Amino acid sequence: MKRLINQVPSKTTNLFLGLLPFLLIAIVYISSSNARLAENPNDKLLPSIEKCIDSMSTLAFEKSKRSGEYVLLNDTLSSLKRLAMGVGISALFALLVGIAIGIIPYVTSTLSPLIWFFSLVPTMALLPILFIVFGLGEVSKVVLIILGVAPIMTREIYQRVKEIPSEQIIKVQTLGASTWQIITRVITPQILPRLIDAIRLTLGTAWIFLISAEAIAATEGLGYRIFLVRRYLAMDVILPYVIWITLLAFLIDFILRIFNQRLFPWFGKE
Amino acid sequence: MNLVEAKNIWKIYGDSIILENLNFTMEDGEFCTLVGPSGCGKTTFLRMLLGIEQPTKGKLYFEGKDYPKEPSDERGIVFQRYSTLSHLNVIDNVIIGLEFETSKFFGKLFGNEKKKAHEKAEEILKAVGLQDAREKYPHELSGGMKQRLSIAQSLVKKPKLLLLDEPFGALDPGISLDMHELLLDIHSKLNFGVVMVTHDISEAFKLGTRVLVFDKVKVDEKYPNRYGSTIVNDIDSSSKRGTRTSL
Repeated sequence: MKRLINQVPSKTTNLFLGLLPFLLIAIVYISSSNARLAENPNDKLLPSIEKCIDSMSTLAFEKSKRSGEYVLLNDTLSSLKRLAMGVGISALFALLVGIAIGIIPYVTSTLSPLIWFFSLVPTMALLPILFIVFGLGEVSKVVLIILGVAPIMTREIYQRVKEIPSEQIIKVQTLGASTWQIITRVITPQILPRLIDAIRLTLGTAWIFLISAEAIAATEGLGYRIFLVRRYLAMDVILPYVIWITLLAFLIDFILRIFNQRLFPWFGKE
Repeated sequence: MNLVEAKNIWKIYGDSIILENLNFTMEDGEFCTLVGPSGCGKTTFLRMLLGIEQPTKGKLYFEGKDYPKEPSDERGIVFQRYSTLSHLNVIDNVIIGLEFETSKFFGKLFGNEKKKAHEKAEEILKAVGLQDAREKYPHELSGGMKQRLSIAQSLVKKPKLLLLDEPFGALDPGISLDMHELLLDIHSKLNFGVVMVTHDISEAFKLGTRVLVFDKVKVDEKYPNRYGSTIVNDIDSSSKRGTRTSL
């Protein structure tokens, strides 16, 4: 008998084992849901799959009577817009500042304590300040994401810049590169795939801030919706929404990963 | 005029003395190999010649003038590893040196200028034997090919002094022999100075016109860093050059 650490499942077993926990959760959910519904057909806590699909198709495919819009589409678009703006601006900031503090010692001295300080501030504690300063509109939600994500991303980029072998930086100086040329032709192209990775890493955090901000003050958005219907214990909406948000997060991550592989074939290889 | 001149150089870190009282001169076209036990300061000396370290005491001159305090394109370097740019293919790795020079803002050449740079780079790639790998990325090259590329990158800048920091230390013996041929060939055609750190003594005698031995003159058993190293032997090996000596 081989040691446990040397026993590797075959491809089909691997797939089956991966799906097994999901399957078990589904079975447990459906059976408990059925049991509760048999006792009380109006039970809201564990709605049947049919009920979920039914509620969701109303939100997804029928125009809302109140606003005349497709609710799910509208929620998704406004949330994604906030997320994209927050993460996009953070990424741009992280790229510019992370590279600068990574390669120019005077900028390191000036900015790195500040970035370090900001990355330790519990961002949610700043939300009231943002609402006071920027009002309850779009700006404060986007700024919350930026404050939460940009310092982490910047530190990550700074670390990645530091990881570029010093031999390489010295070598290009002997090829006549100026500071500007080192930044634009050597550092930035090598950091871009790492920036994409940093975005993938911080997207989870960005979603947290997005949904929190939407829960407190918004008129549409995925986070707004689930907190709104919570009042009616509408688990038939909340559960599919959570799955939908997870699916979106997965899709974004997947697209960014493919993007990295296609655009930077040399990345991660030495 | 001497290409490099060092007068009474000392290098001290805290209370460790690395180099002491080192004197050295070299001229254009000389191929100096530095040998000695590990930790004897030969790499420190090479880093001074590169311009990334400065002597604590003493005077260092490049072409009769004060030594530059940072790397420049007059002095090329080939490290043991990591000297190539992983995000560029072979030909772009070579022309980037020309691009830095001509295109100050974009660092990139276009159109006719790019074509000219390409022709120049092709010639050098042929000289180092990489003409068939022009579209490959460094991660697709073997260790020896990476070092050829690194040499090509420096050659395109026509340096006055080429510095080699154990360039073949990580290569298989057979590949090293090919690299020796390449280096001797290039050095005989282009008359630049070379300083090479190596721990392989037969390599030092085979390639160098001069072999410089670094070691400590005095040793303190209790405080090994009390005395620094210096050049204890300066051997003219130009007559034996190209032949493999067995030691």
